[in-house]
Amino acid sequence: MAENTNIHENYKRKKNKEEMKQQVITFALMIVFTLIAFGMVMADLSKLFVIPVLLVLAAVQVGFQLYYFMHMSHKGHEMPALMIYSGAFVAFMTVLTLSVLIWW
Amino acid sequence: MSDQTLNPETMPEQPERATLEGKNKFLGFWFFLGGETVLFASLFGTYLALRNSTNDGPGAEELFGLELVFVMTMLLLTSSLTSVYAMYHMKNNSFGKMQLWLGITVLLGLGFLGCELYEFYHYIHGEGFTLRSSAFGSAFYTLVGFHGGHVTFGLLWIIALMVRNAKRGLNLYNAPKFYIASLYWHFIDVVWVFIFTVVYLMGVI
Repeated sequence: MAENTNIHENYKRKKNKEEMKQQVITFALMIVFTLIAFGMVMADLSKLFVIPVLLVLAAVQVGFQLYYFMHMSHKGHEMPALMIYSGAFVAFMTVLTLSVLIWW
Repeated sequence: MSDQTLNPETMPEQPERATLEGKNKFLGFWFFLGGETVLFASLFGTYLALRNSTNDGPGAEELFGLELVFVMTMLLLTSSLTSVYAMYHMKNNSFGKMQLWLGITVLLGLGFLGCELYEFYHYIHGEGFTLRSSAFGSAFYTLVGFHGGHVTFGLLWIIALMVRNAKRGLNLYNAPKFYIASLYWHFIDVVWVFIFTVVYLMGVI
């Protein structure tokens, strides 16, 4: 019995360690994305090209935060996903409305 | 609740959701984050609508310097990773290491806050750019200041948890509390990603 718990504990620790490794890789990618974003702005490229790329980079970074750092990729995150996506949907509508208000 | 149930020798796989209270905290907190998303969206929308209304005062392009924003971004991003480390040690039931990594997180957060205060001070006293200068000023300080307020609250929250539980050690009663504070900290970084993209980077293009 004691041995069993030990094996289980070791397995769990190993799994946690692997997850931690994944999160460090995620972090490295986020740093790279940030560097690309700042680099593109300093490089004085065309506005029409830079802005969409910046927004995509931001969206990917946020996805990394949510799914890896905030563990949304784990099981049992259906409700959190529902809540955050509903929030994101209303957020999108809010920003759209306020931007369109000043169109003319 | 006896000590045995709340103080297991090893942590279950998801200590933050091992008790009913933990489950409730977890769900309730994600609900709150959904609401926060909308709150920040309304401030972002306002900023986007008003950012060109500078009232002949300084605009985004003249004001913002990217060096400081880059440092702030790195500080906050790194503090996100250190709080992930804290949660890693929580799952392995090593309380001391968790406290250490949370402490590092707090220091990085304080560094971020210091930079932000310096930035605002510089704008107000160096450039004469205040909350009342223009609609752009109001929108800028409201959005970025609200984020700074969240950082301040997050720091106080984490410090309070660290101090309050310093002698208690880790158990299934306070594990959800630490977990949720770390979720909040990540969310602050999520908002910052959009601030440095939409306000600063898109401001100077």
